[in-house]
Formats: sequence, structure tokens, C-alpha cells
Amino acid sequence: MKAFNTWERVLLGLLVLLLVVFGIAQPGFMSPEALADSTFNFSEKGILALALALLIITGEIDLSIAATLALCSLAIGYAMRAGAGPGLMMLAALATGIVAGGINGVLVTHYKLPSIVVTIGTLSLYRGLAMVALGDKSISGYPEVFSALGNSYVGELVGVKWLIIPIEFAILCACALAVGLVLHRTVWGRRLYAIGANPVAARFSGIEVDRYRLALFVFAGVMAALAAILLTGRIGSTRPNIAMGWELDAITMVILGGVAIEGGRGSIVGTMLAVLLLGLLTFAMGMANVTGIVMSMLIGVLLIVSMVLPRMLPNLKVRFLRLKSMAGLAPKGQTP
Amino acid sequence: MNKLSTIRREWLLLAIIAVIVLAVGARAPVFLSWRNSMDIANDSAILAILVMGQMGVLITRGIDLSVASNLALTGMVCALVGRAWPGANIIVLLMLAMAVGALLGSLNGWLITRFDLPPIVVTLGTLSAYRGAIFVASKGAWISDQDIHPVIKGLPREVWLGLPALVWFAIIVVALTGVFLNLRRAGREIYALGGNPHAATYVGISVPSRLMLVYTLSGMLAGLAGLLWVGRYSIAYTELAAGYELTVVAACVIGGVSIGGGVGSVWGAALGVLFIGVVNGALPVIQVSPFWQQAIAGAVILISVTVNARSGRRAGRQILERASGTVERQGAAT
Repeated sequence: MKAFNTWERVLLGLLVLLLVVFGIAQPGFMSPEALADSTFNFSEKGILALALALLIITGEIDLSIAATLALCSLAIGYAMRAGAGPGLMMLAALATGIVAGGINGVLVTHYKLPSIVVTIGTLSLYRGLAMVALGDKSISGYPEVFSALGNSYVGELVGVKWLIIPIEFAILCACALAVGLVLHRTVWGRRLYAIGANPVAARFSGIEVDRYRLALFVFAGVMAALAAILLTGRIGSTRPNIAMGWELDAITMVILGGVAIEGGRGSIVGTMLAVLLLGLLTFAMGMANVTGIVMSMLIGVLLIVSMVLPRMLPNLKVRFLRLKSMAGLAPKGQTP
Repeated sequence: MNKLSTIRREWLLLAIIAVIVLAVGARAPVFLSWRNSMDIANDSAILAILVMGQMGVLITRGIDLSVASNLALTGMVCALVGRAWPGANIIVLLMLAMAVGALLGSLNGWLITRFDLPPIVVTLGTLSAYRGAIFVASKGAWISDQDIHPVIKGLPREVWLGLPALVWFAIIVVALTGVFLNLRRAGREIYALGGNPHAATYVGISVPSRLMLVYTLSGMLAGLAGLLWVGRYSIAYTELAAGYELTVVAACVIGGVSIGGGVGSVWGAALGVLFIGVVNGALPVIQVSPFWQQAIAGAVILISVTVNARSGRRAGRQILERASGTVERQGAAT
């Protein structure tokens, strides 16, 4: 599975097009400060998308990932109320993520249930538990470390003034690099593709399919916990509806990134390009005063178009060649 | 396949519902009153209409996540038409709602069959697209009580033969779906292609046209539900029924409709709806916070699919467990 393919080139082209168009049409869009700040809006979603990319390549899906994020955020809040320090609060989030992901994984692997049903169930369950626990209240007043993690820049951290990369985005990039290396450069990664392409054949060729699946669901929980730490820090409060509906945004990023929903195909480069594309598009539309709901409509249309186009392109090519041959331009034997 | 055990499963669900009703009724007798049961029936009616459409889609191994957005968009279109055209009558509006819904549903079907796209992704896309279209159509404004056409508001408040109109709509839709799925050839073909799409193609079932049919029907019923929803709550706005698609899928799953395709009965799905209606109706009566609704629905989905999978596997073990498992997997992978 190549990491850089036709689809990745298309995405890169679209990204460049987006930057050029909005760079010309929208004054202030291309300034380094604006671009750096735009990453705040999609870094947490990108982290979720990385975990989902691995799951979808393996032929599974986790719709509960945003609900898991909410539970993790809740864990941070309750740990704080119990008097824990920042380190323990993060550990609490991590543990919650691992348990929530582990429940998904066990239901999928041990009880042989389809992951889409399991995670629709746990989506309701986790989100419901967050609602039960908090009701219409919220938790806030988090320590300074969290707010710094969510809101400040790498430059401030290392004392270099001009380095205005947000810490969140740096973490996203580090995660993408790690996940990409594992997926594209290790045996484990290649096995994920094998499982996604044909789980039965993969099992017969000696891959412990269920162990990989379980590990991936736990990994999704860990990434949800990481996103929860960053998001809670950035907005400074926990509500039961935190990150509501983000699972659909993250899945859109993954699918737009060229990962096949039926499994077995896709790359982290594509996913990250789609994360950047969607994130910057949303930011640019926001600068152009487009309402949030219209943005999500356009993104929905983009999702469908991005799937329809590759399926239409071969047809167009065939038709084009046929036209050419009819006009007597193409030499014989090349006609389809 | 194992008709006996599916029947037993549905009786079990009915028994569970009966136990909940009696237990809640014992603590709060008001729960058993006619008025309260009609409230629950009214709340369940719209869900039942949506579930019938969703069930057809699930049986073909698909999923329609756009139903709630379709419902809201159609409801908004009807509300706008009603506001702009005071002379509208209810038959025309019902036709309009079903036509708009069917159109939106057939767009899903067309994308899925024409380009061979996975249903979950297509309907995920149209979920946002339709939702955004509401905002564009209404320019983000709410259409509130005084602007909703009186016939739209009047319909859910009608009482025919002692039962509310909404319940009649649900009964008619459930009965027609039952006839369609069990007695009509196209209905049986839907089960056949859900059970094994390849085999269905080989025996001459036109899979694309059947898929087109189920998505169009799902859309049409969502449109009908949209008109009824706007009438019942007499309001239309962009976020109407947001997230309701998961409740619809949950009712199907609780009622024993398999996401894997080919399995599910109208009777079971109707019980799934009733279960959700009874639980949601019972919580306020026994003074449990309504925040529990979602968590309970989630837990019930997990329990019921786990139980389903167990009973299914036990039945399958008698004849060639591995072979049937492999075929199913291959079907799912293609």
C-alpha cells in the first residue's frame, strides 16, 4: 500500500487550489498567524481521524469515539473535583479512554458483533452516561497547565518567539507521523491492510485478527482521551454535549482522505491532507461569514462528490478514447 | 432459517415490555391510564413510521442515516408551502410531503446504485447536505406556531374511531409494510438480496432496482413523518429532530432487525418502537431523570445484539457453522 498515490495527489492539488483561491480572495487568510490559529479548530478532530483511519482500513468503525471523548473529559473533571493534580487528571482520562475502547473491542471480538452496531450502542451509552452524570451543568476551573496545552504555541514553550505553531497542532503532527510510520513501514501496519481486505484469509494466514482489532479499539480510546485533554484544556470546561457529532466529522475526514469504507485501502498521508483540507476550508468559509450549518452541508456534498468523481473518471476516459477513435485520431488497437 | 427462535425472541421482548409496564404501573398507577398510554402511542407513532422505512433498508445490508435530516427538510418545505399558500388542503400537503421525501430518498438510492457507493457514507453525506438545505430554504429562521398552516397542526390532533390520527397513520404504515415484506414478491426479494446479494443476482433479482425501491420508500416515509412531526410539535427549524436517526436505528436493532441484512420482521420492529416509547414514557413517571433515556437505549441495544448473536450462533452450529460463516464474511467484504 503506497502512502502517496493518485488520490493523495488530487488532495494535494485541491489543498493548493484552496490556499491560492482564498489567499487571493480573502485578505488576511494567508498570514502565518491566521493559518497557525486555524489549526486550533481541527487538531482534536484530526487526532480522532487518525484512530478512525486505522479502524476503517481494518474494516471496522468506531462511531462512539466522540462520546468516549466526552466521558474522558468528564473523567478529567471528576479527577479535579477529587483533588487530583494535572498528571493524575490526564491519567484518569487515559484510563477512561482505554476502558471505553476496550468495551467496544471486547464486544466486537469476543461476541463477534458488527462494530457499527456495537458502537452505535456505546455511542448512546457513553453519551447518555455523560448526560446522566452532568445533566445540564458543567465543570470548569481547570488548572493552568490544561489551558496552556490547549491554547499556547510551541514557541512559547521553548522560548523561541517566532515559532507560532500551536502545541495542539504539533501533537497532531507527531501522532500522524507515528501512526503513519506504523501503518506504512511496519509488519503490523501491513497486517491491518490484510485484515481489512479479507479478515478470513488474514486469519488463515496466521494473523491474530481479533487481537489487532481489540488493540485498535483501545487505541481509539487512547486517542479520544488525548483529544479530550486538549479540547477540555482549550475550551476550559466540560459539558455533556462536548464534541457532539464529531464522529461524523472525523469519518468524513477519513473517507475524503481516500480510505475505503469497506476496508483494505487508504493512507495516513491522505487522511492528514483531508484533515488539512477540511480544516482550512472550514476556517476560510468562517472568515467569509458562511454559517456553520451551510459549511457542514458543503462538506457533506464534498464527501459525496469525492466518492463519485473517481468512479466517473474511468468512464469519462473510456468515452474520451472512443470519441477519439471515432474521429480517427487514435491508432487501431488502442480503442477500448 | 430458525423461525421458532425468532418468534420466541419477539415474545421475550413483548414480555419484557409487559413487565416494565406493570412494574411502573404498580408504582405509579397513572402510567396505566388511557391518557398516558395515548401519549406514549402518539410519541411512538412517528418513530414507528420511520422504523418501517429504515427496516427495509437494513434488511438489504444498507443503512439510511439521512432519515432525520430528510424528515426535517420535508417538514420545513411543507411548513413553508403552508405559509405561502393559505388555501392548501391536507391531502395535497400529504402528497407533497411524501413526494419530497421520496425524492430525497431516491437521491440516496441513485447515488448508491449508480456509483456503487457504500450506503453508510452516502447517507452520512446527505445527512449534512439535507440538514444544510433546511437552513438555506428557511434562511435560518424558525417557523413557529402561528405561521404553521392550521391543517398541518390540525391533523395530529384529529381523533378517528377513538384513536388519534397519528396512531392510525402508524397502524396503516405498519400494516402496509407487513403486507409488502411478507406477501409481495418485491418484499420477499428484499429479504433474499439481504441474505445473499450474489445469490440474489444469480436467481434474477434486479438488485439495483430493489435497492432504489427501499431507499425511496424510506425517504417517502421520512417525508410523511416530517409533516406529522411539524404538525404535532407545531414548529419547524433547522435543528429539528437532529440525531433522531440513531433512535430509529436503535429501535430496529432492539426489535431484532439485523444490521448484517436479511433478518427482521415488522412485528419485531414494531415491538422495538414500543419498547423505546414505553421506556421514555416511564422515566418521568417514576421520577428518573430523562437524561437516562439515551444511556438506557444504548445499554438495551448492546444487550439485545449480544443476545441475538448468541442465539443465532447456537442455531447455526447444527449445520456447517464454518461454511455459512465464511460465505457471510465474503459477502460482507465485497
